[in-house]
Order: sequence, then C-alpha cells, then structure tokens
Amino acid sequence: MELLSGADMIARFLQDEGVERIYGYPGGAALHIYDALFRQDKVKHILVRHEQAATHAADGYARASGKPGTVLVTSGPGATNAVTGIATAYMDSIPMVVLCGQVASHLIGEDAFQETDIVGVTRPIVKHSFAIKHPSEIPEVLKKAYYLAATGRPGPVVVDIPKDMTAPTERYEYVYPKKVKIRSYNPVTRGHTGQIKKAVDMMLKARRPVFYTGGGIVTSGASENLTALVKRLGFPITTTLMGIGSYPQTDAQSLGWLGMHGSYESNMAMHHADLIIAIGARFDDRVTNNTSKFCPTAKIVHVDIDPSSISKTVRADVPIVGPADSVINEMISLLQGREMANAEALPEWWTTIDGWRAEREGKLYEASQPGERLKPQEVIEAVYHITRGEAFVTTDVGQHQMFAAQYYKFDKPNRWITSGGLGTMGFGFPAAMGIKQNFPDDVVVCFTGEGSFQMMMQELSTCKQFGTGVKIINLNNGTLGMVRQWQDLNYKSRHAHSYVESLPDFQKLIEAYGFTALKVEHHDELDAALERTFADNDELVFLDIDVDPREHVYPMQVPLGAMRDMLLSKTERT
Amino acid sequence: MRHIISILLENEPGALSRVVGLFSQRNFNIETLNVAPTEDPSLSRLTVTTEGDDRVIEQITKHLNKLIDVVKLVDLTEGNHIERELMLVKVKALGASRDEVKRTVDIFRAQIVDVTPSVYTVQITGDAGKLDAFVQAMAPIGILEVARTGVSGISRGDKILSL
Repeated sequence: MELLSGADMIARFLQDEGVERIYGYPGGAALHIYDALFRQDKVKHILVRHEQAATHAADGYARASGKPGTVLVTSGPGATNAVTGIATAYMDSIPMVVLCGQVASHLIGEDAFQETDIVGVTRPIVKHSFAIKHPSEIPEVLKKAYYLAATGRPGPVVVDIPKDMTAPTERYEYVYPKKVKIRSYNPVTRGHTGQIKKAVDMMLKARRPVFYTGGGIVTSGASENLTALVKRLGFPITTTLMGIGSYPQTDAQSLGWLGMHGSYESNMAMHHADLIIAIGARFDDRVTNNTSKFCPTAKIVHVDIDPSSISKTVRADVPIVGPADSVINEMISLLQGREMANAEALPEWWTTIDGWRAEREGKLYEASQPGERLKPQEVIEAVYHITRGEAFVTTDVGQHQMFAAQYYKFDKPNRWITSGGLGTMGFGFPAAMGIKQNFPDDVVVCFTGEGSFQMMMQELSTCKQFGTGVKIINLNNGTLGMVRQWQDLNYKSRHAHSYVESLPDFQKLIEAYGFTALKVEHHDELDAALERTFADNDELVFLDIDVDPREHVYPMQVPLGAMRDMLLSKTERT
Repeated sequence: MRHIISILLENEPGALSRVVGLFSQRNFNIETLNVAPTEDPSLSRLTVTTEGDDRVIEQITKHLNKLIDVVKLVDLTEGNHIERELMLVKVKALGASRDEVKRTVDIFRAQIVDVTPSVYTVQITGDAGKLDAFVQAMAPIGILEVARTGVSGISRGDKILSL
C-alpha cells in the first residue's frame, strides 16, 4: 500500500494516466501541487505567460492528437484567466482537464485572498466539474475527469482543488483506478440499426444527395470510414469549418466547406439537395443562415453522438444517435451489394454542381501585381505550396481565419486547428505552441492578424524558454479586417474602432524576445521571405506581411437569406 | 403546453445549480421547482414545471439528460399522472369574513392550521389549478401571504421512476 499526499497523488495520477505535458502557471493555492511536480520528471510542465494561453495550448494539443489536454492553474485570477480557453474548448467539444487550485476548505465562502467560485463561474462552459472534498478521493475524481473529458461528446472538465486537499502532511492510500463508472453517464457506442437502414434506403433513392459533415468526424476518428462511404456512393461532400480535413479537400468529390464564407458550390449544392446526410455536425447558425429558408427540398438524416444536437435548430427526418465512426461503418456494410435506385440522377447532379464550380473558377480574388501589396489569399496559397499542404495550421479569428480555411487545402484530419464555435481571438499562437511542443518534427504554422496576435503575444517568452519553433504568418492589414468588412457592408464604412492606430514595430518586438522577424511589403518579396521562414523547422520565425486592407472575404451569405443567397464579390451577388 | 418533468438527481453539492443554470443558460422557463431527498440518500427528486412547444420540451429533456448529475428523468405529462402541490396561505379573518373564509376552506377541503384573532393560516393541497382557484376565491377577502411548494408528481399505475 502506497501512502501519498494529495499533491503527490495528482503528480502520480498524471504519470499513470500517461499525461506527458501539462500547461500551467503557479500560485499560492497550487503550490503543493507544483512542489509535487518538481519532485518528479515524467510529466513535463510548460510554464506559460498567461493562463488563457495554457488552455489554448492544451486545446491545440488535444485537437492535434485527439487526446485530452491538461491545464494547471491557481485559484482566483489564475482560474478566471483560464475561462476563455475553457469556453473555447467547450464550444468545439475539445477534451481538456483543468486543475484549479482553490483556497483552503475552511476559507471557502469568506472572500479569501484569490478566492473565486470557479466551479460556479465555469458551470455553463464545462461538460462537468468536480470539487475535491477529501484528499483520498483525488485518484477517482481525476480518473472520472479524464473519462468524461474524452468520451461521448468530449469537452472540458474542471477540477477544483482546495489547498488543504494537497497538504504534504496528510497522506492517504493511492491506487490508480484503471476504470471508473458513472451511473448516470453511458455514452452510446452504436447507432440504432433500424434508423441506419432507413438512412441507407434514403441514400440509395436520392437524386441530389450531399454529405454535410463536421467536427464529430475528426473527434471520433471517422475520416477513413467517411472517405470510404463517400467514395462508395460517389456523392458530393461538404464539411463544416470544424470538419475541414476529415475528407480530403483535394479530392474531386469535395465541394470545400459550407456556410457564411463557405464555397459557392457547397452552399448551392446544399440549397438544391433532396437529401442531406449530416454527420457530426450541428446545423450551427453560421452554416444554415436563415433556418426557415434552409434547404427547402431536402430530407435530412442527422447522425450525432449528442441527442441534444439533433433537431435543435433544424428538424431531422431520420435522427441517428451514435458515434460517427461506428454509424458510418454500419452504413458501409448495409450498402454491400446494393445499387442506386435512380442511377441516372447522380451524373446529372454532378453536371449541375460542376456548372456551379465553373461559374466561380478563377474569379475568387484578383491577384496582386509585382510592386503591389499582396492579397491575403495569395499568401495563404503560397504557404500551402511551400508546406506541401502538410503543416498543422492554427489560426486566430477574423478575415485571415476565413482566408486560411478557403485557400489552405487539407487532406488529413486534426491538421486544421481553429476556434470555430467561440471564435476566440488569441487562440492561434498558443495553440500552435502547444502543438509544436508535442509534435516537434512537424511544421506548425499560425496564421494570425495584427489584432489577434497582440492578444496572446506574451507567449513568445514561453516559446523562447522551451525552444518552440512555430511559424507565425501575420497577415497585417493594419485593421480589424472582419469588423471593418461588416462596417463596410452594414455601417456605410464607418470604421468605428476597427483601425489599429498604434501598431508596434513587430520586427523589433519579435527581436526583443530573441527571434527572427521578417517584413514583406510587396508582392515581389514573398517567395524569398517564405523560403527563409521555413528554412529551419526548429526556429520560430515571425513573418509580418503587409496585405491589402480593402480585401473582403467572399462568398458571404446574405443575412437572413437561404444557403444560396450570397455576395460573391463587392459587386456581384447570387 | 405545460409539462411536468420529474428528475432523479445525484444528491451532490452543485447538482441543483447545474439544473437551474441550464434553464437560464438555454432560455428555458421554470414555472415551479420542487426538490427533496428520496428514500435513497444518494438521490434527490426534483420536479420542474415548464412551458414550451414540443420542440422546446424535447430540447429541455435532452439537455437535462446530458447533465452528468441527472440520473433519470420522465416527462410526467406524457402519461397519466398524479400532481400535487401544497400551499400555506394567511388570510384576513375579521368580522363577517371570518366565517366566509371558514366556509371556503371547507368547500376546497383545505384545513385551517393556525389561528389568531385576525388571521387564519390555511393549508391546502391539490393540483396547481385547484390552488389557483383557492387563491382567486380568497383574493376579495384579503390574502396576506402565500407560500407554495411547487408541483410534485408521480405517474399513475405500475410505472416507476427509479435507478
């Protein structure tokens, strides 16, 4: 029998759970835990410079690896600083365990120094939370936290740990719980076969079918099965922003992604479809536009592991509750030996879709000329080429995020890392840092803007400490681009506070942290700068690129319209 | 339509706040809420009455089921059920109205459980409609204070809500 203090139990549990890296920041209420981590060397602790960055870094790791990220913060401000990152993970269903120090039990409720009711504060943005009541329950509670975070529809779990629970003098028996059971929590492991049969029959009878798949494919590791299913049927597929990469985007059946800034052909195909097969997607408002005008002729099959996602905004004709991977697998077996009922319809449907594709071909944006400022789109395309489409790509939020999603093509899942649901500016750089530290041999690119980058730029210091070689591509248009775009469209170009009037000299700033920064002002300088940026995979390089501030993201769905109602450029609309 | 949702909830600190928080977070209504321990000390039983069309009620039950602390739930209004609420009312009981109060209490099969020279305290149980009717009947005489427990309910027949 092994007797350990609460703090040592935490360190030991993390080892036994196979956690390699945790992201955190020490403080009074967490010091016993930090001391326990100091006395071991299996679990590496990455000291961030702000707790929000700890959550984003752990989140980036989770998205790239599919395993839960781990965060350790102290009570009060340490915990509240983590809130934005917890909400970010919650909205995108990312597995994460956040260990929060708390003031000692006898002080709780007394407004003690650095006391916050963090369980209360985070209640609406966690999958679940725990407060430790006795040191002996630490191993089981932590196991439950990791189990809940990673299974079913994943999400962040907060564990609140009062300081006296980790006191070095109080020792209790430690056993690593290999398994835990939570009586009220039994995530489904397969879909209802009758419903899946119904869905398969509808697929075979469809004339204008479209697959619409989301982050659930990435989460459940269903990419391979999805690709097999889509190939088997020959249907077009569009993904959500979160689902990018879950089906190879360079494949002919891929229409790109859909929604507010999705591709013309995917929004048109959705609007005209007679069958939508939604898997692991949640009919988010940035996808559907006006739900009352959404896909008027389509029947809807909706597969999701979370029953509350089904028929939340758009009514499903065939709801299937189950994990994407297993449901798709069952669909594939049910399709064996069966044929399309209207074999002639699918080629016609493809002719229509190819017509839409041809309409927009070569018209997406106007390239810059030598001597001119670059267009943000062409920078993304250039980075795509130099990284051969194989990098982990993180983004912040705004125009650069949409351009990155549109012009970097992903053929693999877990490579496109973006804050889709919450839309958190500041996410990209710390997320990239978290990924690079765990995947040091891969190329990790962070597309950002001068607005977003300044929200989390203190992490340059963390990257210095841990030698983290991320590539930061700053699409600098000197303005909060997406805000400005909306102001151009809806507020007669009154640019209320969307102009950043006192930007730092990024080159000097980056150099102050001991890194290389390059500046690109014109079209002609890009190629050489990119060569230099990607020359050494272990080196952090910041590439500051002046891009055209007048550029808007198109297509853009017309507010309150249908899927097909889009602005296609500053002068064209559907 | 009004629905009565009965929930078996882990008897844990914070569990109730998750349920209540869910309603405000998702913009659902709570009309009444009643919560107390059950014969199993690890479980509380919570009864919520709420208004909403089928789509809203479906979302409410799905989201409640998602809460880790919710062990089981049933929408009692989907089948035959018994619904009861208890109310304590202080009514002005002076002069001629003192008899009037007593008569109304008898008609509603309520009980007077405390008496002062000027006030009757009445205890009445029934479904929400009966309690509303009693309040209406007493209003002209003068209601001084009302304390209602909120609806509690159970299904009729052999159907049970348990682990």
